[in-house]
Amino acid sequence: MFARKLRPHAALQHASLPWLLAVVFFTAAPHGLYQPVWLSAMVSLVWLGVLLRWRRGYKVTQRWFKLSVAAIGCGGILLQFHTWLSYEAGIALLILAVTMKLMELKSRRDAVVVVTLAYFLLLTYYFYSQSIAAGFWLLVGPLVVTAALIQLYDAPERSGKALLRTSAWLLAQALPFMVVLYLLFPRVNGPLWGLPQEGFISRTGLSDILDPGSIARLVLSDEIAFRVQFHERPLPTPGRLYWRGPVLGSYDGREWRPGYFRLERPALSRLENLITYTMTLEAHNQTWLLPLEMTPRPAQAENEDAQINSMGVVTNRMPVTSRKRMTFRSYLNYRLDTTLDTMTLKANLQLPGERNPRTLAMAREWRTENPDSRQLAQRALAYFRQENFIYTLEPQLLGQDAMDDFLFVTRSGFCEHYASAFVILMRAAGVPARIVTGYVGGEINPVDGFFAVRQSDAHAWAEIWVEEEGWIRMDPTAVIPPERTDTSVTATHASAVTDWVGQLRYRLEAVNNAWNQWVLGYTPDQQRDVLAWLGLKNLNRYSLGLFMGVGMGLLLLALALWMFRPRRETDPARAIWRQACLRLEKQGIHCPLWEPPLALAARLETEAPALAQEVQALARLVCATRYGRNAETAPPMATRTALRLALRRLPQF
Amino acid sequence: MVAAAEPRPGRWAWSRQRRSEAGVIRLDRRRVYIFPTYAGFFYAATLVAMQLGSINYSLALGHALVFLLVSLGLVGMLHSWRNLLGLEISALTSEPVHAGEVARFRLRVKNTARRPRPGLEWQLGHDPEPLMQHLPADDETLLHLTLTAPARGWLTLPTLRLSSRWPLGIFLTWAYPWPAARCLVYPAPLFTPLPPVMDTGEEGEGRSQEGHEDFIGLRERQPADSLRHVAWKIAARDGGDKPLLIKCFGGGAGQQLRLDWRDTRGDTEARLSILTGWVMAAENAGLDYGLALPRQEIPPGHGVLHRSQCLRVLALYPEVA
Repeated sequence: MFARKLRPHAALQHASLPWLLAVVFFTAAPHGLYQPVWLSAMVSLVWLGVLLRWRRGYKVTQRWFKLSVAAIGCGGILLQFHTWLSYEAGIALLILAVTMKLMELKSRRDAVVVVTLAYFLLLTYYFYSQSIAAGFWLLVGPLVVTAALIQLYDAPERSGKALLRTSAWLLAQALPFMVVLYLLFPRVNGPLWGLPQEGFISRTGLSDILDPGSIARLVLSDEIAFRVQFHERPLPTPGRLYWRGPVLGSYDGREWRPGYFRLERPALSRLENLITYTMTLEAHNQTWLLPLEMTPRPAQAENEDAQINSMGVVTNRMPVTSRKRMTFRSYLNYRLDTTLDTMTLKANLQLPGERNPRTLAMAREWRTENPDSRQLAQRALAYFRQENFIYTLEPQLLGQDAMDDFLFVTRSGFCEHYASAFVILMRAAGVPARIVTGYVGGEINPVDGFFAVRQSDAHAWAEIWVEEEGWIRMDPTAVIPPERTDTSVTATHASAVTDWVGQLRYRLEAVNNAWNQWVLGYTPDQQRDVLAWLGLKNLNRYSLGLFMGVGMGLLLLALALWMFRPRRETDPARAIWRQACLRLEKQGIHCPLWEPPLALAARLETEAPALAQEVQALARLVCATRYGRNAETAPPMATRTALRLALRRLPQF
Repeated sequence: MVAAAEPRPGRWAWSRQRRSEAGVIRLDRRRVYIFPTYAGFFYAATLVAMQLGSINYSLALGHALVFLLVSLGLVGMLHSWRNLLGLEISALTSEPVHAGEVARFRLRVKNTARRPRPGLEWQLGHDPEPLMQHLPADDETLLHLTLTAPARGWLTLPTLRLSSRWPLGIFLTWAYPWPAARCLVYPAPLFTPLPPVMDTGEEGEGRSQEGHEDFIGLRERQPADSLRHVAWKIAARDGGDKPLLIKCFGGGAGQQLRLDWRDTRGDTEARLSILTGWVMAAENAGLDYGLALPRQEIPPGHGVLHRSQCLRVLALYPEVA
């Protein structure tokens, strides 16, 4: 391709090949967990083939073979992922390319390409996992890859252990720099370009469509939805904590949807019982931010992406595709919407016509008995408590008139059934009502003090609107007595604080949480917090960059000063003699470096007779130590002491 | 990916030592240069791509890995530079050679540091094949640099570039140590029949080299005398206390060869080559020979030193040695 090759590329040493094989093994093997089986098999075969070739004397593989492997690989990737542009296909292509490069190692340059791509391959693993184990891999992977890189430039006879030691030494010196960069590098919130969604489909979480069973599915998962750190003590009672998610007002007979709301701050008054907390929300690929009921503001000022609507629902502008940290201020006592506009009023009284006739009839009956909305609500709750309603994760199927079936026939259901039935009863009786979904409670981890809310805490409750008092929370599920609760439900909520398994789980979760908080969750927001803690407040991106540059420069200077420090004399006799020469120089006696000690001592007999005796004694001792019978071994302590004593006889100034 | 832009001898000429230095050259920080290599730019580009990916997909560990590798590059830069820093280089004398032969320059390379210095590449002039050297810790080695001697006269060591890519290959560090080393190049010999022997007439009968076998007596050794003629047995008997004695042989003295410029034909170089061939042949034949050049005359004599003196005059002609 290049007609003029100015300098031939440095040849590849035979000893480099096992290193390159190791590099590919260490970087590609962990991907075997995630890559298609056929690709792993193909890559392994190529790798083994190169290993065999190396043992017999390495030769570059024939062109037709390489081309066919490339064609099969690329075609297979296209068939598997239907594109070459997604990150999964990209990783597969990278693995293929690195492995194939092993078949055509001609010069050192080819090896450099393998090693550099291997660094990239290390990174791609984090697309799949960023666990603590993956973090450990961050140290082992570069150790091997860097050792291979050093091998390319080092003596061929250098042992693997020595190379790994050099690699570890370089990486150890790089660690402080890494910490500075990690803390100070101006973080940018991704994504920079369109984020392929395929990686985030399976995330669990609340949805803005509620159908019978949607929360029951969620409750089976023990995954953590978010963690909370309360800023004040004592902690609030978990039972009082309602984490507000999507509010659903529109019902079509089967499913609940958000319905009518305005993008403006909720009309809140009489705010009491302030509570401040920092929430670390796991990625759920939805926009809900789930603060405690009720927060008047989206979040602290720095969460620019958060917004709040008239229903008091806080959302993010973008779906939460990575762990997110934010601070909220909520009030446990509040009044929301003391007056209601006609649009909202109408929307919250809406019911699908001609459905559930028995339910509607019962509601109208209650209305005539209880003109007061609150009393009406109590009547409905009493109905759930007194009649034989069962709380279960596996309710019986409901027919066309779902609420009639539930209220009068099956009488078994989960929170969404109760909330839904309650709201329909209220609406039928002319009381504005809506469903609120979210999470209730949570559990404190005694190890690190973080409050964990799991998917199993997902819940649906109701709100009714009363003139002057606003929206009042009603939780019909809470009135079902425990003896009518299915054991499968309690099992998922079982707290295991007492036994050691529970303790172990708490500990593991605390470690994981620390990792999430400090390593994975180091977002621009958290960076700001850390810098504020360090006393660097209100830094913009440029001054942060400046700080980073200065920090790196200082570290580099410190490393350079340490690396280029003057060498200390290791031979004690020589060190003592050098000091003696310095002392003699101060006495005005010239001591050239080349002059042997005994010759200098002899010279002093005429030049400085007062010193001659001491210098001669020292010179004899120095020569005996350096050239005597035991000069090969390190001098014993006694000799060192004698040397020091002899030096002390010389005048210091 | 053409290797043209990489620093090579000739470029950066302004920063190079203009004059060779005598004695020990210690590579200090003012004369060790450093610049990223192509592999270094490739490394940097890869890191940029990795960082973009990490930002886009919010990979916290990806950030950490990129930062680790950036730091590794910086640390590698210092180590790369230190690989040459403080190296001591000095030239030793080199044996004279004839033009067309390979001159061998000997450099003493001393590593006073307690760490090895691997991957040193020595490049002489524009020789495309550098000489690799891996210097152990606290050690010194002799480096033999070979160069074909083009013409007679003094051959000085051409530009010497010492470079290293160790440890990571992303930085090239280099220096131009220019030790004052020179090699005397004799003219290429041209072997033609010796001119006729000129008889001095003192001994009458013509003797050839067989005369060397006739032992005459002993005399005290002069520094110029060959060690081959030392009376070692006598020296051993004396126990080494007395000066060495030389065995004197008869013969030869009567035959003197005058190697005269005027007896040769051709241009200056051809004449010098013929004279060189004669000197070597005469020395091999054990004859006494003198050299007569325009404005210069070397009286007859023999022995290694005499020959060296003659060849030196021929090498440096017309300079008067």
